[in-house]
Amino acid sequence: MGGFWSHVVEPGFFQSQTVQVALLVGGVVAAISGVVGVFAVLRGQSFAGHAFGDISAAGGAGAFLLNISPLFGFLGMSLVAAGCMEAIGVRRVRGRDVATGVVLGAGLGTSALFLYFNTTLHSTSGAAISVLFGSLFVISSSTVPAVVASAAGALAIVLLLYRPLLLSSVGDDIAASRGVAVRVTGAVFLLAMAATVALAAITIGAILSTALLVGPAATALRMTKRPGTAAASAAAIGVAATWLGCLLAYDSYYWPPVDHGWPVSFCIVAVILISYLVVEVARSHRLRNASARAGSADQTTAAAPHPGVPSHGGPDALGASRTD
Amino acid sequence: MADPASGMMAGAGPPVLELDGIGVWLSGREVLRDVRFGIGPGEVVGLIGANGAGKTTIFRVVLGLLSPTSGRVLIAGQPRPRRNRSVGYVPQKIALDPEMPLRSRDLVALGLDGHRLGVPLPSRRRRELVDEMLQAVGAAHFADARVGSLSGGEQQRVMIAHALISRPKLLLLDEPLANLDLRSEQEVVDLVARIAKDQGLAFLISAHDLNPLLPVVDRVVYVAHGHVASGTTDEVVTSSVLTELYGHHVDVIRLHGRILVAASPGLSAERGKLEDSIDGATAV
Repeated sequence: MGGFWSHVVEPGFFQSQTVQVALLVGGVVAAISGVVGVFAVLRGQSFAGHAFGDISAAGGAGAFLLNISPLFGFLGMSLVAAGCMEAIGVRRVRGRDVATGVVLGAGLGTSALFLYFNTTLHSTSGAAISVLFGSLFVISSSTVPAVVASAAGALAIVLLLYRPLLLSSVGDDIAASRGVAVRVTGAVFLLAMAATVALAAITIGAILSTALLVGPAATALRMTKRPGTAAASAAAIGVAATWLGCLLAYDSYYWPPVDHGWPVSFCIVAVILISYLVVEVARSHRLRNASARAGSADQTTAAAPHPGVPSHGGPDALGASRTD
Repeated sequence: MADPASGMMAGAGPPVLELDGIGVWLSGREVLRDVRFGIGPGEVVGLIGANGAGKTTIFRVVLGLLSPTSGRVLIAGQPRPRRNRSVGYVPQKIALDPEMPLRSRDLVALGLDGHRLGVPLPSRRRRELVDEMLQAVGAAHFADARVGSLSGGEQQRVMIAHALISRPKLLLLDEPLANLDLRSEQEVVDLVARIAKDQGLAFLISAHDLNPLLPVVDRVVYVAHGHVASGTTDEVVTSSVLTELYGHHVDVIRLHGRILVAASPGLSAERGKLEDSIDGATAV
């Protein structure tokens, strides 16, 4: 037994300080990304979420150039981007994609410039890889408090705005008519999302941050019909995928090409994608079975949106088949 | 109850809503001009007009989502406060994807405390109240279904429960019958009639066709080109009143309890205006 487990969990995995930091940072970031991701998807702001990742890359690259902690570069740039999007009009359905696109373009242009300087002035092409594709195993333990504090801040915002956010995802007019300050709510959520994506960017890279934000959320949304459960499941799926990804990356030193590990960001994203596909396949299988069963049992009730046939009884008969 | 006092309350009492000379200009265009009408307690009023006539603007003004350029909105005799829960609102459409994780009961619960900060704590009272509201609108059998997956008529009922749970005095329904099949249309009209009777709740219901609402409305407010005419159906839906409102000759024909409103072509001076009035009249 010990022999088998020592192959799965390499001896020294949990003792390594690098791994401990990676598991802690990765876990915290994955949890907040899952929670925020559910609301980003609910509000139709996944594209804005993705844009924060790409834009924050400019901050990350700038931080490498100035030799300061990349976290503050990512975080600062992402929050500035949130402010710009809000100013341009990300809250309007029509303006959403335009505002995101304008800010995204500006951010990527800046990233290109900073990464170019990093390569030419410091001759560190590693910065580009690390900014764009992440470097969970090279995060310094000194950034842990800042990561945990930012994640806690974002979580506090989402928990505080939980009900107004849900209500305005049903309709801004409904929320506003009930006294919700829709604009302020949206702007504050955008800041929480910007901070979350910046954290995801230092964890699995600016480009892959979307995978951590949207992937677990999308999987969770297929599994449950309760908003709170969806947020909690997304956090759990994100954490599990991140930890499993770390383990796989650690083990990958023994995979071909031998003695060259696989990138941890790839491992995490692969686990997220596989979990999504598994849930999706299981769900469509279940739906097909359910409709086949309903079809053979009672074709009329299954097909008709209203119980139009008197012999099938009133709404209660429909209810019995619906709530199953 | 044969209590004379309660009888007086239902009949008299200050109007739940009063619009006093409302004018609205939006991006340099006059959308509403001198709109005035009132709704008494428990009264069901139809807000009738074509698309673009100004019905939604009137709703937005009443809900406080839009500040009128002139005039006043009085709710229970008082100027409209910034936050007001005595007016409930059911929009024409809600923006929920079928996949979204929000059950009917979650949406109804948001009607109770959706404006509050923080995560809701489980409460038996809250749950019972939500069940009671779902029961009241005949939505109990899809209480646990995702709202986005429901049909238009079912969503309408859940949204009415969402609005009812905060115990408003007036409910605004924006085109509740649009895109409904005849059966669901009848169910919504019956539901409105029942709630108005049982709970003494006043309704303002917008529609482009008055006929399905005829059994339930006490009065109508007709909107055309930003102007309104209000009164009982017999007072307002007449050739002379509508002709003045539309600015063109309009025929009103009553047939087997239905009212048909049609523009008379040829009586208009300008071609453009004629098309305008036909648009308005066919949709009436």
